[in-house]
Amino acid sequence: MSAELGLAALWMAAALAFLQLAGGALAQRDAEAPLAALVRPAAMLQGLLALFSFAMLLWVFATTDLSVKLVASNSHSMKPMIFKLSGAWGNHEGSMLLWVTVMALAGALIGWLEKRLPEKTMQATLAAQGFVAIGFYAFLLLSSNPFERLPMPVAEGNGLNPLLQDIGLAFHPPTLYMGYVGLSVAFSFAVGALLTRQVTPEFARVMRPWVLGAWVFLTLGITAGSYWAYYELGWGGWWFWDPVENASLMPWLAATALLHSASVLAARDALRAWTIMLGVVAFSMSMVGTFLVRSGILTSVHAFAVDPERGTFILALLAVYIGGALLLFALRAGSVSEGRRFAAMSREGALVFNNVMLSAILGIVLLGTLYPLLTEAFGVRVSVGPPYFNPVGAIFTIPMLLVMTIGPLLRWREDNAERVRVPVAITTALIVTTALFVMLAAGNISLLPLLGLAIAVGLAVASLMPLRGRNLLRTPLSTWGMVVAHFGIAVSLLGMASESAFTEERLVAVAPGDTTEVADWQIELEGIDPVAGPNWTAMEARLLARRGGGEPHELRPEARSFWAPVQQTTESALLTRWDGQLYAVIGDQAPDGRWQLRLWWKPLVTLIWLGGLLIALGGVLSIIGRLASDIRRRSADRREADEHDDLAQIRGGRSGPAGELV
Amino acid sequence: MRWTLWAPLLLFAFFLGLAGYQLSQPKEQFIHSTMIGKPLPAFNLEPASSTRPGVSLADFKDGKPKLLNIWASWCLPCIAEAPQLEALKEAGVEIIGVAIRDRPEDVDRFLEMHGNPYTRIGADDISAIQLEIGSSGVPETFVIDGQGIIRHQHIGDVRAGDVPELLARLQEAAQ
Repeated sequence: MSAELGLAALWMAAALAFLQLAGGALAQRDAEAPLAALVRPAAMLQGLLALFSFAMLLWVFATTDLSVKLVASNSHSMKPMIFKLSGAWGNHEGSMLLWVTVMALAGALIGWLEKRLPEKTMQATLAAQGFVAIGFYAFLLLSSNPFERLPMPVAEGNGLNPLLQDIGLAFHPPTLYMGYVGLSVAFSFAVGALLTRQVTPEFARVMRPWVLGAWVFLTLGITAGSYWAYYELGWGGWWFWDPVENASLMPWLAATALLHSASVLAARDALRAWTIMLGVVAFSMSMVGTFLVRSGILTSVHAFAVDPERGTFILALLAVYIGGALLLFALRAGSVSEGRRFAAMSREGALVFNNVMLSAILGIVLLGTLYPLLTEAFGVRVSVGPPYFNPVGAIFTIPMLLVMTIGPLLRWREDNAERVRVPVAITTALIVTTALFVMLAAGNISLLPLLGLAIAVGLAVASLMPLRGRNLLRTPLSTWGMVVAHFGIAVSLLGMASESAFTEERLVAVAPGDTTEVADWQIELEGIDPVAGPNWTAMEARLLARRGGGEPHELRPEARSFWAPVQQTTESALLTRWDGQLYAVIGDQAPDGRWQLRLWWKPLVTLIWLGGLLIALGGVLSIIGRLASDIRRRSADRREADEHDDLAQIRGGRSGPAGELV
Repeated sequence: MRWTLWAPLLLFAFFLGLAGYQLSQPKEQFIHSTMIGKPLPAFNLEPASSTRPGVSLADFKDGKPKLLNIWASWCLPCIAEAPQLEALKEAGVEIIGVAIRDRPEDVDRFLEMHGNPYTRIGADDISAIQLEIGSSGVPETFVIDGQGIIRHQHIGDVRAGDVPELLARLQEAAQ
């Protein structure tokens, strides 16, 4: 019954999306149209129904209802509860339902909360949100029904891919989806603003917290995904330039650019058309990413849901939505005048530079991701990886990071170089000294990690400079947000550069009792024990790691064998110190009885993800700051209006109620 | 600069066309050898079985097109394709086998159980020849023309439906 309820709710939600579209569209012609008043309630109800539907999916997974096809093929009665639940979105149909649920909830939230823009713009925005939702409801209901029943219930389910039976999966996809799909709000706002030609600073202020919210989730999702791949896949790598990783990075780059250009629009009423385009592009990148992953058109380690027919459906959706929005942009953006001018040496100038660089990086990632598709059309198979992405990306990343060291110190509209001479000199000195020091201390180091280390140190200090000379308690939260996020970039960069410059690796075959070394660690294999989990058995190595003869620490990497479905995985073991991580993976047993052991010492590697968390924290601080200042401004406006009314009554209304006081 | 406003749409249209084209293409599952059209490398393999002689490059240069079958006694799909190889032999095709990483006694047992369509069988104990001709698995079947030039590669087991295709390729190679 719950599956049918879920499906029914989904159909009703789809119908409400139609109502939302129709109402919003009619309201553009006639603000008094009877359906116009229904747009907001439709959006809110649609969100509730989608949420209900998703709850029903969770329910059938939680109770392992094996008459539902999706449960039978992706779950198993013996799985731990948390993985039963996460199995609900660890497959194509469930993850698409999560997608539309997030989208409907985002629409419901703007329908409920957002009152600052002209109602006509809001209705156009909600109509656009409904229009996009319709396509995804159609996709879900017509080709990917998650609630499909089997003619006969099966006795036992197929289980979930063991790689996905991890706590990381429980949070990584939902977080990433909130980010991906949250950007649909920016898309709808951009379309709404184009339709009503209302691209104003107020529009940017309204859109910004929503973009920030999506961006925070996207940042967290990418950070979590990177850490998950790092410890779960057992390759010791944290970023592979895999098409699916790129699919999450591209919306992030576009959203980051959008946040910065929205700041210019909000503060200075410039970059109108550019901001609109980024709003369209950010969500478009989410959809393109989904298409690339789901169509199987590119080969990827994430190929968990490949189906060319679905690919065709998503491609059609892309054509309608992205094509439609870009057409609207081409037709309308010319009439959105460019706004005010500014000097190159100014806060806006730095932000524009940041935008151009971010867009260039986005273009490079997009090109690298799609290049195999292009060459395959001519019968040549290539795979594009780090040798392309790292150096080519660096060409634009390095100038961007350098400008980032001084951009936040510049004044709006126009500034002169003389004023920021001291901070620039400090930063430059730091970068040069660090580079020289690392070259002397480490000797043989390749160029990119060297630059990374040097710039990370310079940026870390420079990112704190906007706080110089301020009362820290009275500094606005949004400034704190910027400082923390920029500092997070420096921290993350330091981790990346240090990991790639100083990692030490060792692959050995050891028998119990043997000791081996990596960096300044001595690692002894004490023994190998068989262990059993709820749905797997494993050989677990007991390793004792000592640093320079100090305290021993125990590590227990495992080689697991799952039996539903049958698959081998490796569970790495990590030992985290303040200055790095020891990473151990156990492999197969050789015929002579020794075990393969792979060890890494990765200095400062944890900073990569700590930096990611700081970036997200910066976003959160900024949201709180913006919301607080909005609320303050609104209550100030209201107070002013009240005072105005009172004054009017006092002055003019001697016969009114206030007149009695006089 | 109004035209720049159309640039994103044009770029997107290009992506759409490319993606649409690729979606409509049958997804190629195999990586074909780059050796097709090139001559076989020089080699000389010991016999893999007591029942047949070994194989050398010279055996392919007698002017008659042949099949070169890469197989192994430990390979299950090779059992599945045995009847088709038998049928090709019945049709008058000369098949030369190369057994990959195998033992003579296992090869003999396999041939006894599943038939022996081969005129010669060489032993490639370290996959040397297999890799040189661009084969990445077993079984694979190559069409070699009378001058020792690789004309066609069939990846995977030969199914009943593949027999006419292989016969046609042999015919082509004979011209």
